[in-house]
Amino acid sequence: MTGTAEAVLFWIAGPTMVLGALGLVFAKRAVYAALSMALVMILLGIVYLTQGADFLGVIQIFVYTGAVMMLFLFVIMLVGVDASDTTIDSLRAHKWFALVIAVGLGLLLASSLSRAVFAPPPPISQMNADGNVAGLASLIFGEYVWVFELTSALLITAALAAMVLAHRERLTPKPTQREWSRRRVHENRNVAGLPAPGVYARHNAVDTPALLPDGTPSELSVSRVLAARHQLSTPERYSSATPGEAEPSAVGSPDDDARPDRGTDPGTHVGTDDARGRGPARGNEGDDAR
Amino acid sequence: MSLMNYVYLAIVLFAIGAATVLVRRNAIIVFMGIELMLNAVNLAFVTFARMNGSLDGQAVALFVMVVAAAEVVVGLAIIMTIHRSRRSASVDDANLLKL
Repeated sequence: MTGTAEAVLFWIAGPTMVLGALGLVFAKRAVYAALSMALVMILLGIVYLTQGADFLGVIQIFVYTGAVMMLFLFVIMLVGVDASDTTIDSLRAHKWFALVIAVGLGLLLASSLSRAVFAPPPPISQMNADGNVAGLASLIFGEYVWVFELTSALLITAALAAMVLAHRERLTPKPTQREWSRRRVHENRNVAGLPAPGVYARHNAVDTPALLPDGTPSELSVSRVLAARHQLSTPERYSSATPGEAEPSAVGSPDDDARPDRGTDPGTHVGTDDARGRGPARGNEGDDAR
Repeated sequence: MSLMNYVYLAIVLFAIGAATVLVRRNAIIVFMGIELMLNAVNLAFVTFARMNGSLDGQAVALFVMVVAAAEVVVGLAIIMTIHRSRRSASVDDANLLKL
């Protein structure tokens, strides 16, 4: 039996943890799932602390929420935030089978464990008689020392494996600026480089396409990534604006094309995803190709 | 409040983790389900350690954490490698071993 304070904490933390875990099942986006998982991890750490596992509680918060879940977030970032699930079930009623199996597993575990009879638990102070950390250390470096040595071997192997798996050899030499320019001339396409994004009186970010002489926006002047994400701005918003409304800070002079806004504009970093494909072609252009 | 409540909480979390592994297709979320199951087991270990009044359960939970961390590192690297070659993080698309 436990004290009232612990019961209150349990009945706050427990349902919150279950809600966070359910977020893992039902969240549409992987980022939301990872964040609800981080919530569960923090609450688990707090529950460990109340159960007298001081060291484990701190390690849980440091290692799980600090390292593991942030690693998950990094991988979600690399793999693509919008890499959502495929919704087509290969098996009909797959979800219902899965839910029935999970609920059955829970019921089986609960029913078998509810029959177990435990001796009344000794107080936490008796378990942590010579301090939680010191007691745990005497176990790890005493009785479990070989397991501890094995974990060190496991960690080194895992680190090596991750490096080997994440490493990518460059199969072909990196093309230089000279080779990019030679290829453009050879193919006779966009010889002067791709057109720069549009520069308008009130706006010169890379998300706005430049206008062709007939007034239509040029697809080539903006990054493909922005177009795929539907983050492009329309030139009509800026080209029809009256000059009197222009803010002094946003005015770009028309003669220095779009060169200065590369790197200085905060929107520039969005387009660097495809720098491998387009960057060199745009880096050495003196004028646009229109 | 009985200490068994912690065990029931661990069981619920374990079942939810299992449901995540079975239902979701995104390999990263499936992986998080496995992490949730490991953490539920850790909670049970800590609770049983307290019931027995010894620290052995906590030592085992610590080793489970170490193994889980190593597993996360390798698993995420595999997911990234598959995503690099197949342009997908869905577990349904990784079917190279299929006849």
